[in-house]
Amino acid sequence: MDFILKPEYEMCRDSYRRFAETVAAPIAIDVDEQELFPLDTVNQMGKAGFMGIPIPAQYGGQGADNLAYAICVEELSRVCATTGVIVSAHTSLCMAPILENGTPEQKEKYLPKLASGKELGAFGLTEPGAGTDAAGQKTTAVLEGDHYVLNGSKIFITNGRYANVYIIMAMTDPSKGTRGISAFIVEKGFEGFDIGPAEKKMGIRGSATCELIMKDCIVPKENLLGVEGKGFSLAMKTLDGGRIGIAAQALGIAQGALDKTVAYVKERKQFGKSIAQFQNTQFMLADMATQVEAARLLVYKAATYKDGKLPYSVEASRAKLFAAETAMSVTTKAVQLHGGYGYMREYEVERMMRDAKITEIYEGTSEVQKMVISSALLK
Amino acid sequence: MKIIVTIKQVPDTTEVKLDPVTGTLIREGVPSIMNPDDKAGLEAALQLRDKIPGSTVTALSMGPAQASVMMREALAMGADRAILLCDRAFAGSDTLATSSSIAAAIRTLEFDLVVTGRQAIDGDTAQVGPQIAEHLHIPNVSYAAEIVPEFGSLKVKRMFDDRYQWQRVKTPCLLTALSELAQPRYLAPGAVFRAWREKEVETWNVSNIEIDPGYLGLAGSPTKVKKSFPKAVKPAGCVVAAENGEAADIIMKKLREHFII
Repeated sequence: MDFILKPEYEMCRDSYRRFAETVAAPIAIDVDEQELFPLDTVNQMGKAGFMGIPIPAQYGGQGADNLAYAICVEELSRVCATTGVIVSAHTSLCMAPILENGTPEQKEKYLPKLASGKELGAFGLTEPGAGTDAAGQKTTAVLEGDHYVLNGSKIFITNGRYANVYIIMAMTDPSKGTRGISAFIVEKGFEGFDIGPAEKKMGIRGSATCELIMKDCIVPKENLLGVEGKGFSLAMKTLDGGRIGIAAQALGIAQGALDKTVAYVKERKQFGKSIAQFQNTQFMLADMATQVEAARLLVYKAATYKDGKLPYSVEASRAKLFAAETAMSVTTKAVQLHGGYGYMREYEVERMMRDAKITEIYEGTSEVQKMVISSALLK
Repeated sequence: MKIIVTIKQVPDTTEVKLDPVTGTLIREGVPSIMNPDDKAGLEAALQLRDKIPGSTVTALSMGPAQASVMMREALAMGADRAILLCDRAFAGSDTLATSSSIAAAIRTLEFDLVVTGRQAIDGDTAQVGPQIAEHLHIPNVSYAAEIVPEFGSLKVKRMFDDRYQWQRVKTPCLLTALSELAQPRYLAPGAVFRAWREKEVETWNVSNIEIDPGYLGLAGSPTKVKKSFPKAVKPAGCVVAAENGEAADIIMKKLREHFII
């Protein structure tokens, strides 16, 4: 068992961190305050090779792996959780299912543009009546000659407004329940495809979370992703991978809050000395750092399992459960140690605490992760 | 165009603390980085290579085995070759011994252009680049802030504190790069993976170059360090527009204001 990261990962981390500090951090407050989708950052990430990290070079990706990708999401989220989730949704929820289930033609057509960052990806599973109960899909897809006609809507879609390519789940045979769900590659601009206004959110406010509306949306037959009727299993496997990205995002948020807090407590003076000299501060920092490192090990383990082609569903659930709870706990402590300043927006830990909450909810709530973990124990 | 870029691994001086008693650098636990001017020079060389078909970039360094990490970084940035001169015989080299050894290595390679950083952030001498040019008997243009390739020559913008100068220089030549010459790229993860997993850092020892042993290492280093001290921070100063005859009075007034006279 090797707990020391290989030097190529450390070198990748240096590159991600320099980018995050130089490009993403200076605008993180504006991204949050103004609900600004950081389009220029996304374009720069495309040029830097961050938008296709685990995608093979033959499809225009970096030919690196999921561990290198997780570290990227971690480092971006350390300074801006919005930027982190943009990369995570694009990579894990759009490119990964195309890579893992697509025909050679679909991979050739979509992956190079996505992996180079020229186009952005998104994923549509959630509906107003189908959240954790994802099987309750109402969106339908009916085959008519050479195309499917999709009707329905998807909500809370990350990258919604700015994506060009969407993986959409729809019922091709409602009588078969989960076995009647199929996955489709839908392009922005397809007839009958529309995007609703951005949602007003608590955190990750720049990620352009929108509703997708399909009204007699025409999707060519060749855009069926995988086998008809196997969409539910495709979506669940996609979310297994996505959880590594979100766990990495949660880890990054926690590390960012810890770093800000360590810097702050050294400077802040009360009772004639820096608050770092109080044992209460020291013990809280020790707890925070230990939680962060434990989360990191779980996240890297899950990514390493996926890279090693081992079953990783439970590992990803554990990583996401623990990292998300760590993000919430560490950011809350970070605000506490900042005192009144921590409640003010300019100190950023306030934003990190708001950003952390979603990691306990999306791509499977913490409760869903517990279901996955416990069902593996009890089967 | 065959380009050789010399690079040096240095302690990240933004992270360095001074020992309050001895005034020397505390290097323990300080990360090592590629010297910023050298990195800008390497980036500029890579951009030049990509503009001129058939060009190559070789990164060359002299240093301990740990410097191979920096050589991998050079490969990840896009260098075609990375050569590290690594031998106990080079230990203790001052700028003269360093430039002699590096020039000897360059002589074994084909080149049209040598790019060095202006100076390293650990020594701040700015001597090695011009010395290499002298050893190789090629023209040297220092403080390069922009390079425009022309047929058989280069147009180089030399940047000074208060002005710049365009110079045209025939190749082969040597340029010393300012950090503003080029903004180093962010390393792409795929390029990093290939640099570590597919490419090689060539390690050369003293037998790979032809050099008089008298120019090597400590024996070839005439420099004697008398004292090291941190550079005083120079204040920004102020510019005053003055009519003829006024300047002296203004200066006198300022000097009195600051109790200098």
